[in-house]
Amino acid sequence: MGEFSKPFDAIVVGAGPSGNAAAYVMAKEGLNVLQIERGEYAGSKNVQGAILYADALEKIIPEFRDEAPLERHVIEQRMWTMDDKSHTGMHYRSDDFNEEKPNRYTILRAQFDKWFSSKVKEAGALVLYETTVTELVKDLSGKVIGVRTDRQGAPIMANVVVLAEGVNGLVGQRSGLRNEVSPDTVALAVKEMHFLPRETIEARFNLSGNEGVVIEAMGTITKGMTGTGFLYTNEESISVGIGCIVSDFAETDVTPNELLEAFKNHPSIKPLLADSECKEYAAHLIPEGGYKAIPQLTGAGWIVVGDAGQFVNAVHREGSNLAMTTGRVAAETVVSLTRKREEMTAANLAEYEKRLGQTFVMKDLKKYKGIPDLLHRNKGNFFGTYPKLISAAMQTWFRVDGIDKISKEKAIIRNFRETRTLWGMMGDAFRLVRAWR
Amino acid sequence: MSDVMAAPRAKVEEKLFQNRYLVDAGRPHIKVKPHTTPSASLMAMITLCPAGCYSKTENGQVEVAADGCLECGTCRIVTRKTGEVEWNYPRGGFGVLYKFG
Ligand SMILES: Cc1cc2nc3c(=O)[nH]c(=O)nc-3n(C[C@H](O)[C@H](O)[C@H](O)COP(=O)(O)OP(=O)(O)OC[C@H]3O[C@@H](n4cnc5c(N)ncnc54)[C@H](O)[C@@H]3O)c2cc1C
Ligand code: SF4
Repeated sequence: MGEFSKPFDAIVVGAGPSGNAAAYVMAKEGLNVLQIERGEYAGSKNVQGAILYADALEKIIPEFRDEAPLERHVIEQRMWTMDDKSHTGMHYRSDDFNEEKPNRYTILRAQFDKWFSSKVKEAGALVLYETTVTELVKDLSGKVIGVRTDRQGAPIMANVVVLAEGVNGLVGQRSGLRNEVSPDTVALAVKEMHFLPRETIEARFNLSGNEGVVIEAMGTITKGMTGTGFLYTNEESISVGIGCIVSDFAETDVTPNELLEAFKNHPSIKPLLADSECKEYAAHLIPEGGYKAIPQLTGAGWIVVGDAGQFVNAVHREGSNLAMTTGRVAAETVVSLTRKREEMTAANLAEYEKRLGQTFVMKDLKKYKGIPDLLHRNKGNFFGTYPKLISAAMQTWFRVDGIDKISKEKAIIRNFRETRTLWGMMGDAFRLVRAWR
Repeated sequence: MSDVMAAPRAKVEEKLFQNRYLVDAGRPHIKVKPHTTPSASLMAMITLCPAGCYSKTENGQVEVAADGCLECGTCRIVTRKTGEVEWNYPRGGFGVLYKFG
């Protein structure tokens, strides 16, 4: 690769949503950008539920709806608390979501990332696929000045390197820019793609046209571990998956595959998948440590975006939008420094963090900074005891069996108090409210 | 729980057949370093690896066969303290190729 004699304005490591957003914005603004992706094509290594939140992408490519490969727009959200045989649901469906510019879509990441990558190339960036960045090159002062890859040739130089390498953050770690990811701040998720004719999906989920439904589930499905399950409708397929914190998984003998099989065979899920054909089994980590797990984000000649910076809001299952937003804001910072002919020093790049502080990304992560610890420390209650109690209460209440309603109320309250002391429950409620604020 | 777990379920090996891979023959991207007794973290990978790549040998050591690896990175993170696993991404272009993701 000796052909790159002149340094690039920027090198972007990775072509997921964060890297694509960064490369697109910089290239569009006329910077000389090189993007490096290890997969055969953008998306070939990437896994997501996947819900796309339109707002973050609209700020980068306003007309994306005309060309991006979108599956269904979400008109109904189902939140389920599950025990082994039941689910208690909160559903929200509104015709308002059938708007001209829908707010949320289901997507397939392999196809979506490929499209986004084509836009990056149209904007003028040079994109190298099938190339893994192995390390960063630094000058004597420690400033990052380029990258080495697994292809033969001299290192490739740039004024700034944008690390959009995803949750494992290997390049950053091996170059000593950050600590290793800790097993209690990441979740391991497994996911399958189940294919069905679109009419079957529409009949089964009460949909017409491109309308879509998403289900988020928690409860005994994760066998006492901190985690959630999901089921999303695509045009002609259903994405179904489940994920738990890695350190919880390491303490059990349940395999991720068994957990997914049990979820798929749950009496509330099984009929939704009946007669489908599974065409892919995938696994990926999700950064779930929240605000407290964010590593150092900038330094001399480098800047971190997306999952590599732990930018995921686990409570709301948002990640790709934080990835695109951090990618865009990092790019805008680099563009403005380049225009002013300023150096990519640690002090100048710190502007990125200042700008992020003004966005929903940092505001939301700060708001929920106590949630990951709280759920993890009380996982037995939140992912076992309470879901079972809720189900038992529902059953007592709905079953008509000659017992009067006052006795039923008493039985429900007694069950709650015998299972978990009043103080315990009040404490959990208090802590949850406090962590939520 | 028992009735849920007893339902017929697909083995992970069978699931991996549906996936597309480009295997870098003779150049595995994950290696377990030689050891006599595996740590608890390394042992945990036998059940924890979502692709079932880890197994126990007759002599009680843990080995890895990374052809079906989904490149999640879990084994790298779980054994980071013991350093028993040498982990790299496959060479550019090799490894798992998700069609849908
Ligand atoms: C099961 C699951 C469900 C999810 N559901 C949702 C959801 O519904 N909605 C949502 O918004 N978010 C969701 N997320 C989170 C979302 O997927 C991530 O937040 C998002 O993908 C982060 O984007 P990124 O670009 O930072 O990282 P990634 O998408 O991981 O991209 C990183 C890229 O860098 C490449 N790369 C890595 N290292 C190198 C290297 N050394 N050299 C070259 N290339 C490299 C990779 O191949 C990859 O293409 C989910 C995640 C998972 C796992
Ligand atoms: S990276 Fe993931 S799939 Fe590959 S061997 Fe390690 S745990 Fe298994």
